[in-house]
Amino acid sequence: MTEQKIQLGEQSILCKPDESLLNALLREQVDISHSCHQGACQSCLLRSLDGAPPIEAQHGLKEGLKKQNYFLACLCYPQQAMRIAHRHHTDFMTHGTVSAKQALNAETLLLTLDLDEPMDYYAGQFVNLQRDDGLSRSYSIANNRIHSKQLSFHIRRLAGGRFSSWTHEDLNLGDRIAVSEPQGLCYYLPDKPDSPLLLIGTGSGLAPLAGIISEALHQGHKGDIYLYHGSRDLNGLYWVEEMQALAEAHANFHYHPCISSGEPPDHVFAGRANDIAFSQLPDLKGWRIYLCGHPDMVSNTRRQAFLKGASLSDIYADAFHVASGSLD
Amino acid sequence: MSESSDKTLFEQLGGEAAVDAAVDIFYRRVLSDYRINRFFDNTDMDQQAAKQKAFLTMAFGGPANYSGTDMRTAHAKFVKMGLDDSHFDAVVEHLAGTLQELNVPDALIEQVAAIAETTRNDVLGR
Repeated sequence: MTEQKIQLGEQSILCKPDESLLNALLREQVDISHSCHQGACQSCLLRSLDGAPPIEAQHGLKEGLKKQNYFLACLCYPQQAMRIAHRHHTDFMTHGTVSAKQALNAETLLLTLDLDEPMDYYAGQFVNLQRDDGLSRSYSIANNRIHSKQLSFHIRRLAGGRFSSWTHEDLNLGDRIAVSEPQGLCYYLPDKPDSPLLLIGTGSGLAPLAGIISEALHQGHKGDIYLYHGSRDLNGLYWVEEMQALAEAHANFHYHPCISSGEPPDHVFAGRANDIAFSQLPDLKGWRIYLCGHPDMVSNTRRQAFLKGASLSDIYADAFHVASGSLD
Repeated sequence: MSESSDKTLFEQLGGEAAVDAAVDIFYRRVLSDYRINRFFDNTDMDQQAAKQKAFLTMAFGGPANYSGTDMRTAHAKFVKMGLDDSHFDAVVEHLAGTLQELNVPDALIEQVAAIAETTRNDVLGR
């Protein structure tokens, strides 16, 4: 075995034979989070940019991370030169042109971008969108993988939200916007086509979930798929007819719109989406769970789903942290 | 000499695969226990589960990469919150219960409990 060259951004270091990549990085004073040195804490998560890393360096990682060539530096003994990146690699990689703007409800905009080049993403991932002056926000991709050059987003106008106000009011058809590489681990995986799926989202948390559902149905997912979309009132719900039509077309897809205040019409449930889901689905052993929306909802629901039998490794969550005001 | 006595405790329990099988069950048990779940109320459940995994690996006689001082530092804030012997006993109870659920023989469960017991004074900051 010989020394292997490791490229991390601008910096290049040599990893000695029988030296873990983590130790090599620490020896070179690279700033990298780490703790247990034995693959348990997963703090030293990195990503390989030249394809699959050594398989033993992915031990214990979630499938989604493995597929994106993430690995643990402490378990990695490089067998060849590697180009690596920190876990959040946020270089802007492409641009898109606004090709459609459509109101989904009073506060949510469906924004469609045509990308300059195809993007390899998974339904449910998010990208950072960046305005010319550098103002940047994360938005979930709301479509499935069929459209590699087109991305759509549900942009909810937030009180005091600079980026959301700008997209609602000032962004025009034909305008250009920078788009980062896709990120996030809350996405559809086709490895368990028979397992039931539970998706719970609040507000524009529907966006990634709709992408995941569309992708699952497109890939012929056989297990039951339950969607609970929650909002405070009817004005906050959207895509109700589209989701109902999807449920009519696919016997294994079950749609439950929920409102937490006010008197619901016939097809809508009264209560919080997570409470209604758990009252209807008592045992989640073997289920795969997707949660998107308000951070408190995601955190509580994750815990409830785990206590109801879902394995932690089968719970995928995307909490929408916002830069301004409050989100409900 | 019997075959089992040639193997370490960690190997007899099934090594890392056994830890993986135990961690969800163990974590679900402590989170469901009103006596102790306030100490486990971390919103980052993946991080919490990784810590539990490191603890189980150690208790199963596997490779442990943390010292008594690490245990003290990590639990100091819980001692301030009132962590005492009764809580430690409850965790050991769930450790044994987890292994019973996985049909581990009693003799091995006793050995695991004995290893966990060696951390008591560090965890409780004594």
